[in-house]
Amino acid sequence: MDTLLLILLNGAVYGLLLFMLSSGLTLIYGMMGVLNLAHASFYMLGAFLAFTISTRIGFWPALIVAPLVVGLLGAIVERWGLRTVHKHGHVAELLFTFGLAFIINEIVPLVWGRIPVPYRVPPALDFPLFQIAGNAYPAYRLFMMAVAVAMFLALFATLAKTRLGLVIRAALTHPEMVGMLGHDVPRVFTLVFGAGCALAGLAGVIAGNAFTTEPGMARALGAIVFAVVVMGGLGSIWGALVASLLIGLVQTASIALDLPLGAALSRIGLEVPLNHLDDLWKISISRVAPVIPYALLILVLALRPKGLMGIRSA
Amino acid sequence: MSIPLGEGRAEGPANRSEPQPMTTLTLETGKPPSTIWRQAIPWLIAALIAAAAPTILPGGFALSLLCRMAIAIVFALSFNMLLGQGGMLDFGHAVFLGFGGFLALHTLKLADTGWPIPTPALPLVGAAGGLAAALLAGWVCTRRSGTAFAMITLGVAELAVALVLLFPGTFGGEEGLSGDRSAGPPVLGFDFGTQSQAYAVIAAWAWAAALTMFLYTKTPLGRLANAVRDNPERVSFLGYDPARIRMRVFALSGLFAGLAGGLVAINDEIATSANMSGEASTAVLLMTFIGGIGRFWGPVLGAVLITFLSVALSTVTDAWQLYSGLLFVTMVVWAPGGVAGILAAHGPMLRNGRATTLAPTYAATLPGLVLATAGIIGLAELAFRLQAVRNGATPRPLLGFAADPTTLFPWLLAATLLIAGALILHATAPRAKAAWQAAAQDASGA
Repeated sequence: MDTLLLILLNGAVYGLLLFMLSSGLTLIYGMMGVLNLAHASFYMLGAFLAFTISTRIGFWPALIVAPLVVGLLGAIVERWGLRTVHKHGHVAELLFTFGLAFIINEIVPLVWGRIPVPYRVPPALDFPLFQIAGNAYPAYRLFMMAVAVAMFLALFATLAKTRLGLVIRAALTHPEMVGMLGHDVPRVFTLVFGAGCALAGLAGVIAGNAFTTEPGMARALGAIVFAVVVMGGLGSIWGALVASLLIGLVQTASIALDLPLGAALSRIGLEVPLNHLDDLWKISISRVAPVIPYALLILVLALRPKGLMGIRSA
Repeated sequence: MSIPLGEGRAEGPANRSEPQPMTTLTLETGKPPSTIWRQAIPWLIAALIAAAAPTILPGGFALSLLCRMAIAIVFALSFNMLLGQGGMLDFGHAVFLGFGGFLALHTLKLADTGWPIPTPALPLVGAAGGLAAALLAGWVCTRRSGTAFAMITLGVAELAVALVLLFPGTFGGEEGLSGDRSAGPPVLGFDFGTQSQAYAVIAAWAWAAALTMFLYTKTPLGRLANAVRDNPERVSFLGYDPARIRMRVFALSGLFAGLAGGLVAINDEIATSANMSGEASTAVLLMTFIGGIGRFWGPVLGAVLITFLSVALSTVTDAWQLYSGLLFVTMVVWAPGGVAGILAAHGPMLRNGRATTLAPTYAATLPGLVLATAGIIGLAELAFRLQAVRNGATPRPLLGFAADPTTLFPWLLAATLLIAGALILHATAPRAKAAWQAAAQDASGA
């Protein structure tokens, strides 16, 4: 029972982290039709910047400054990069963000080195909160969850209650009309792109020290986040939430179950004939974990090509 | 200088008005035989170059480079069947090369144990492997197009690599599979053990595969792929199913990528999961796009150029990956037609005698271009050297100068070069662009 609770807690933290990335990604896609392939690279930049800032002036300033810097970078990329490429069509935009991700992933090891940097949890939050399933549960995990939830409440409040949110929601579906009404739609785009990147940067700041901050982190998480967004339905923020939590929980659960596939099947009453596909049954479930997001993606797409909550097919 | 993507698409909308028979497989009907011969000339020249290359460039290093180029050409052309001709951006194209390679290597191992399988037939096995993998992957991917298609290929690629590493018994785990290409039965007295005999096999297959892919662009399916890229709604009004056309093109493209995988198996005598990794898929995307996706010969150019640069520059600098990324983004933003697009667009202008008006404006941008490039290279190389110093290694000298990356001066110098170059470019580029646009208008007869 405790193990289940632990899986639920860790899965929720991981799922919320995925949602911090996928929400920005899917919001940008819904609005501009651009899937920002460099999104995970901005997440990585957030973590590395937070490391540098936290060694100089501490973690708490880094929590504010690093996402702002990343958001500013994102806005610059949109204003002087994406907007130039826009006239060449969506494939060109996709290629541009792909190239950008490639360059950022090359520059980060150039500046910070190829090995993980010692980015640590701040001492104020570095204590076990409670005991669960024989393990001490770190307080920082709960802090991560709190930051993520606070972020989303702020995001939804902005989108639902403010005038700016109204303009953004209108620009999602009727950009020309919003432009006709005298709003500067390109500037709204830049703002949303920057905000999405800042959100990714914030995810990097709070996840970088809980996991490891190293140059491969963008690639590792990026592919999963893109799978989440497609699975949830491109452009659907609720779909992104459901898919993020689903993948977070399933992947955490599968890592926790360190059992060979054959043994797991025989435990639920299915006997596996030996000598046949030996390789397959000897694989432990935890080793299958990296495959699960993509297998789920393919399963969802086979049943529902538009994604879980997709309205339109791209 | 800016070249709109539309200009570089010879296979695209410009040719659509040409009536093409949809029911027969006759190639280039209604054209006089002399046109067919004129189209054959580049292929004869290519065969001559491929045959003469080992004698012109002797040595084992050149020979292995030529083999790599030939394989890269097939791979890049198969990639462009999707991106350039079908409008499908595949982020996991190396999966098909990888599966083709694994199947070819398993066959090679069978030959090692005495089965009468001649080595030159391996690419056919590779093609079958690539086709099978593409049929499976295509079932998931090709139902969607555009961005969703690209994202799904990314997921499929991750899945494929993870699966391959899960089955070390079948795919050899991290080390991969290895075999011996000279163990099969000899063909015409050759056992293909030496690199030059392997080159002959690889070059012949590459030539034949490239020609087949060219002829494919003239078939109804090849034309329909262009139509699906440009206007899928219109295609479905004509009674075709765009998803089914995407599926067929995807399968064919996978077949040729698998063939390239078979060639890799012959060349390297090894098949690893690295062959189908994200890095390999990225590499083929970069070389194809830099070469130019709008022309059939663009990927050939890109494959030759990037393979050469990656071998030549990776011995000189650690920053090759970064440079190729920067070159790619520069191309995406300012020259989406790639090198082939730039070359092709200038052909008619040179014939019109526009060279005299264009050349001075281009020459004026040259100092800025050189300075800015030097600045970027300087900054990147200094950063790499700073990393080396931090890791306790002695950095190699920069162009003969012992530039110390821990001092401020070289950094300031490089930054100054970059800023000065950017300012000069900013001042001179508009005139070159205007001259180019005038010439382009002139060439198109408007």
